[in-house]
Amino acid sequence: MSVAAHLPRPARGLGRGFLVALALGYLALFLLLPFGVVFAQALSRGLATYLHALTEPMARSAISLTLTVAAIAVPLNLVFGVVAAWTVTKYDFRGKSALITLIDLPFAVSPVISGLIYVLLFGAHGWFGEWLAAHDVKVIFAVPGIVLATVFVTFPFVARELIPVMQAQGRDEEETALSLGATGWQTFRRVTLPNIRWGLLYGVLLCNARAMGEFGAVSVVSGHIRGLTNTMPLHVEILYNEYNATAAFAVASLLAMLAIVTLAARAALEARAPELKRTGRTTGGHE
Amino acid sequence: MNALHAPRRLVLWIALALLGVIPVAAAAGQPVTLLNASYDPTREFYEQFNAAFAADWKRRTGDTIVVNQSHGGSGKQARAIIDGLEADVATLGLGFDVDALAVQGHLIPAGWQKRLPYNSTPYTSTVVFLVRAGNPKHIHDWGDLVKPGVAVITPNPKTSGGARWNYLAAWAWAKSQPGGTDARAEAFVKTLYRNVPVLDSGARGATMTFVERGIGDVLLAWENEALLAVRELGAGKFQIVMPSQSILAEPPVTIVDRVVDKRGTRAVAEAYLRYLYTPAGQALAARHYFRPRDEAVGARYAGQFPQVKLVTIDQAFGGWRAAQATHFADGGSFDRIYGVR
Repeated sequence: MSVAAHLPRPARGLGRGFLVALALGYLALFLLLPFGVVFAQALSRGLATYLHALTEPMARSAISLTLTVAAIAVPLNLVFGVVAAWTVTKYDFRGKSALITLIDLPFAVSPVISGLIYVLLFGAHGWFGEWLAAHDVKVIFAVPGIVLATVFVTFPFVARELIPVMQAQGRDEEETALSLGATGWQTFRRVTLPNIRWGLLYGVLLCNARAMGEFGAVSVVSGHIRGLTNTMPLHVEILYNEYNATAAFAVASLLAMLAIVTLAARAALEARAPELKRTGRTTGGHE
Repeated sequence: MNALHAPRRLVLWIALALLGVIPVAAAAGQPVTLLNASYDPTREFYEQFNAAFAADWKRRTGDTIVVNQSHGGSGKQARAIIDGLEADVATLGLGFDVDALAVQGHLIPAGWQKRLPYNSTPYTSTVVFLVRAGNPKHIHDWGDLVKPGVAVITPNPKTSGGARWNYLAAWAWAKSQPGGTDARAEAFVKTLYRNVPVLDSGARGATMTFVERGIGDVLLAWENEALLAVRELGAGKFQIVMPSQSILAEPPVTIVDRVVDKRGTRAVAEAYLRYLYTPAGQALAARHYFRPRDEAVGARYAGQFPQVKLVTIDQAFGGWRAAQATHFADGGSFDRIYGVR
């Protein structure tokens, strides 16, 4: 590692040491310390208590609900994200920039509002409330509402990750494939997909992390019924509010581990696909 | 790894998604369930009560029943039920929140409160002060709360039932002082809320602010919430102060007619609420620090409930409909006090 050799002269010496120390200190204070606290608290009453907190029925149901919601929301956003990114980068049409802006809408809206939107649409007094009640379909305060809110909140991740990658690649390769007689699906599978796979995978990872970790929007539509509509983040809050900090942090440690896995996978992806670092970072204005 | 794997991975993801849906769909066909939507401090009580009721129901009918729980600020829970949360029974913190189910939601009849004994309130509570050990700020009565430098923790009366009882108890005390009028009471409560650094949305959130986050010198709390906090966190850290006068807090219960008729659970939901009035249900309530209605049970637990002068909302405010309109509706006294803070 000879990063310093490439840096301009003023960045070396005392100033550099100070800046590095500052950055590391900041990182330790605001990221590593809280992270450590989660695990320390979770294990503060021993491994048995920790494991019990993760395997008791309410925790199991929260974990399985979170996995279920992610298993529905992530594939949906995978498909829609690819379609949206494809449409935006491979075709020209009126309103294209408006569409790009709209894809970002869920990032701009507070998650609480994202949840309330669905209450206003599907709640008993919402636009579709009467019809849903008449047909005995439950959306709000049930699993479908949680899935909808999660899909909305995580919608931009895949598309946002793919658009810069696809833009950087341009349309030449696809146009060549088409002119050589490939069908649209063949072109996508053999030409586009190999080019975008790392960006796609990373987008899916981020989408998954948020889908499992979302609190605000899900809290509004969940109804907080234990064992039925309680996701892991909501379960953490309930446990904490019941003077059960150890169990709350045990479940939180699972979410923290999810974050570590996501980061590790990201590092692995970047090592394998340097173009992700180059193109994905330049315009991808999320987070 | 080549490109052909990606579509297969997609298929795998979709298959996983479908697998995830099946257990959820299958769970719908399980034994009879009830949903009890309740306010914040009843979590521990109903957890044990539900198990006791399920055992009793099984003994009497042979049927298995599962009672699910949902907790939150009382007003917030009423809102959720009106928005479609399918609660078979509502056990809320304040009559007004249950009345909203009738007035705004048309989910229960207007005369709901006459359906069960004691105005449909099987247990009562009151408002007490929780202070830090040794009572360093010397807080003994309502008058001490308005002293400069005393930080008071109480939740938001717009969303929390407990917060409204706190507010009304403070008002009633100020009005009962020599020369007390509504104007003086309003001035007193206004000064009190100047000492409130944070308004949580529910009673439990306020308790956590006080005990876990360490904010404030005194927590205005449901008596049961305060006793629970002392038990959970050790008597050495906090102590309860009983003011010279407080309010009789009556948290009512009801079945939600529209829901039980749709789900066919009326009989079991009614039995569930009636079980609250049995000696077994009353003893469980008392064990979780709610003041029982049953006198025999009350006598057994008399030690944990100090005698104190309790005004009722009917005497002091002409009932909670009037209290709500005067104090908590938009433009009511709370808006005047908190808006111009």
